[in-house]
Amino acid sequence: MEIDNQLDTLSMMNSDLGENAEQFLSFFLAGEEYGVDILRVQEIKCWDSATEIPNSPDYLKGVINLRGIIVPVVDLRLRFGLKEIDYTETTVVIVLRVENADKERTIGFIVDAVSDVYSIESDLLQAPPEMGDAIDLDFVRGLTAINDNMVVLLDIDHLVDTEESVGNQSLH
Amino acid sequence: MASILAVDDSASMRQMVSFTLKGAGYEVIEAVDGVDALNKAKGKTVNMVLTDVNMPNMDGITLIQELRKLPNYKFTPMLMLTTESSGDKKAQGKSAGATGWLVKPFNPDQLLGTIKKVIG
Amino acid sequence: MSIDMSQFHQVFFEESFEGLDIMETGLMDLDLGAADTEEINTIFRAAHSIKGGAGTFGFTDVASFTHVMETLLDEMRDGTREVTRKAVDLLLVSVDCLREMLSAVDAEEEIDQDRTKKLQNDLETILAEGSEASENTAVVVESGTENVVSGGVWSISFRPHSHLFKTGNDPVRMFRELELLGELTSKVETSKIPPFSEFDPEESYLSWEISLKSDCSEAEIQEIFEWVDEDCDLKIIQAAADKNEEPPQSLVVEASKAEVVTKAVVEKVPAIKKKTAKNTGNESSSIRVGTDKIDALINMVGELVITQSMLSQMSENFKIEDIERLKDGIDQLERNTREMQENVMQIRMLPISFSFNRFPRLVRDLASTLGKNIELKMSGEQTELDKTVMEKIGDPLVHLVRNSLDHGIEMPDVRKAAGKPEIGILQLNAFHEGGNIVIEIIDDGAGLNKERILSKARENGLIGENEVLPDEKIHELIFAPGFSTAAVVSDVSGRGVGMDVVMRNIRDLGGVVEIKSEEGVGSTFTIRLPLTLAILDGQLIRVGEHVYIIPLISIIESLQIELENCNKVAGKAELYKLRDEYISVMRLHELFNVIPNSTQLDNGLLVVAESEGQKVGLFVDDLMAQQQVVIKSLETNYQKVDGISGATILGDGTVAMILDLPGLAALSRKKQKTKPRILEEAVA
Repeated sequence: MEIDNQLDTLSMMNSDLGENAEQFLSFFLAGEEYGVDILRVQEIKCWDSATEIPNSPDYLKGVINLRGIIVPVVDLRLRFGLKEIDYTETTVVIVLRVENADKERTIGFIVDAVSDVYSIESDLLQAPPEMGDAIDLDFVRGLTAINDNMVVLLDIDHLVDTEESVGNQSLH
Repeated sequence: MASILAVDDSASMRQMVSFTLKGAGYEVIEAVDGVDALNKAKGKTVNMVLTDVNMPNMDGITLIQELRKLPNYKFTPMLMLTTESSGDKKAQGKSAGATGWLVKPFNPDQLLGTIKKVIG
Repeated sequence: MSIDMSQFHQVFFEESFEGLDIMETGLMDLDLGAADTEEINTIFRAAHSIKGGAGTFGFTDVASFTHVMETLLDEMRDGTREVTRKAVDLLLVSVDCLREMLSAVDAEEEIDQDRTKKLQNDLETILAEGSEASENTAVVVESGTENVVSGGVWSISFRPHSHLFKTGNDPVRMFRELELLGELTSKVETSKIPPFSEFDPEESYLSWEISLKSDCSEAEIQEIFEWVDEDCDLKIIQAAADKNEEPPQSLVVEASKAEVVTKAVVEKVPAIKKKTAKNTGNESSSIRVGTDKIDALINMVGELVITQSMLSQMSENFKIEDIERLKDGIDQLERNTREMQENVMQIRMLPISFSFNRFPRLVRDLASTLGKNIELKMSGEQTELDKTVMEKIGDPLVHLVRNSLDHGIEMPDVRKAAGKPEIGILQLNAFHEGGNIVIEIIDDGAGLNKERILSKARENGLIGENEVLPDEKIHELIFAPGFSTAAVVSDVSGRGVGMDVVMRNIRDLGGVVEIKSEEGVGSTFTIRLPLTLAILDGQLIRVGEHVYIIPLISIIESLQIELENCNKVAGKAELYKLRDEYISVMRLHELFNVIPNSTQLDNGLLVVAESEGQKVGLFVDDLMAQQQVVIKSLETNYQKVDGISGATILGDGTVAMILDLPGLAALSRKKQKTKPRILEEAVA
């Protein structure tokens, strides 16, 4: 896929890594830029369609067939409580390896568009500020600025750690 | 390339023997018991036979006896792999036509050493 | 050349465990007093192979333990030792111990040295008593006549017998080896060569007088001629000897070795067994496959490749006239694919004997613990089923067998009093029926006591005080959680846990259990399981734009709904009158909150299926194709979903959910308890 190639070139551009640098793949969601650990990225796919899972939360768009493996797909906009939009040409599914509760799972996340690959020295990572009860920030690992723009680095293991996050919502 | 018929009912021993011999450049024909070996031996020549003694269907001593009856195997070196330390089995093997024996447990180096002695 | 021996370990462990099973089965079948030599030989061979492998791969504890067992078996095989109950029992325990030793070694854990030592002692005691032939010690005794000589000259007279070549030995080899020991000169004797007319090229006529200048020992020279000892006249004489007065060196070496060994033992003692991290979760993930199955598969791949190349050739230069040939090609491809799928599945199929094998031992041990006389009969051991199913059905089977032995078959005196033979019979049968494997556990015991079951169930509040149940419902109560009728809670079973677990395990495998029981005559437990967990015959159904799959095995019929047969109970629970019975209707669109073509019952179809012994009707929009589907777990990357047992990938690459009927029924009950939902009206 084109996007895969794009990813390759991006990661090559950033090969001059420092000792403590980590690489992040960044993407856009409702105008904001987010980053995830690039080592967890399995692949980036164009959005196609998914098979709905009965009685699952709204943000779980369903499951897709990833070369014979059944992979759930989460709409990250809905997961973050953002406004739902129609999927566009740039809409992609970032397939990530997520670890929690001693289990490794493969989950796809639908985002508006892929952006870039950054190397970030760990001392340039800023802890997320206290936001009170307003927002659950468990899944935010830190903040950093790239060219004066804020990038929110996500802790993907916490993105889906609670029962209700990928869970089966009990019937109402 | 010298070829060796390796006969053992134990898969792990067979694998070990075969792996060792192939690593040393021999061609290996594997057989799981005497009957299998006899079938595989018929109609071809090998440079050497290496057989376990205790096997189902046909034991190693009978195998050697049967092989010696075949014109192609009149002078072929045949070694028994035996754990039996008593001279009894060795004598039985000898009278069946065995060339010699290798006492188990042996390691790959011992195996190769003995084979080199016999077929160079 | 160094070879990593650990690469062979896994195979060694696998074949050793198989060998142990063979030994166990063999030992159980041995007739005391008049054992069949071939049977003993089979047991012996298994022990022998384990010992040989263990020695080769460096598991010395295992090798030395097995050696003692082997020696005992060897004496039985030779007929120098009687096959006694005591010896067989000890060997059986030793098999268990060996199995544990191997597991420990496999898992890289400590071996339980105390137990091993004790058993080994017991075996040695048995060996020491009785039989005449008890030079049982393990090691080959090195020939003791070691005369260490320095700077000696050996003169060797080597006169091969005429048949030497026929043993495959060649004097050249002996010379080559002698040369390695020192300086060699030899004289050939040709006097025995006959006149040409009598010359037989297959005979050996030459002899040699050899002189060897070497520091070697006589034993070293003898070793070279070891194989031809009886095929030649050999004289080894020390020509110029400087006898060495020092004690033989090798002895010194031996002595210091012994010291090391003792030390090692002492050091090992404080390290007591630490059997913590047991590898329970790891169900063995490898499988041994017969070469015939692999060969069949390779053939099939060959055909597939041919078909593929034919098709691609056609596509190079495709003309519309070729359409027929293209169709043929695609048909062939389909056939190849299906055959290949069947063959791959075949690889996972193992005979149920792998699971049945444990029962002779289990029944024997249990019967003697319980003081009962029980004969076990098995049939259909060769019936094949999927490896995964087999692994999971093992425990439930053990439980049912224990249950039959413990609660089913009566004590001998009770049986006698009831006019039955004292020996109770437990039967295990396996056979294929349709796409299922059926396993029966039949005992001729007391049968289930309905009165006791009922009173117990009332006591535990499982049923109402005055509830009347048909027989089979009463029998099924024993599978209810927390139910046990054993008058005395025994060691064997009857702890009140288990039968419900058995039921659950079998259901998890997509199977069912039926009970038939008659008081005083006996009970039959019938387990019906899918042959494989990986593939299922499915009926595709459609609700709105969603496609689901119902396991074909549970479908009884599908019918057009007639409104006059529909009833509503209390305004919500819908019932459908199917001939003379009422079945509850589950609307799939309601259960799954999806939009159907129509909510009007007479616009859709009712799929009547069986779930947990009850008929239910599933309201769907339409039936689609029937096809085999490969089951994929949703739990790998997601989690269990109510009403869904798994997913599959359809021909077009999309994912479809496979319905779980008992789960749907539960979902439906849950929904009915809450307020009825207001439905979006028909979109159709």
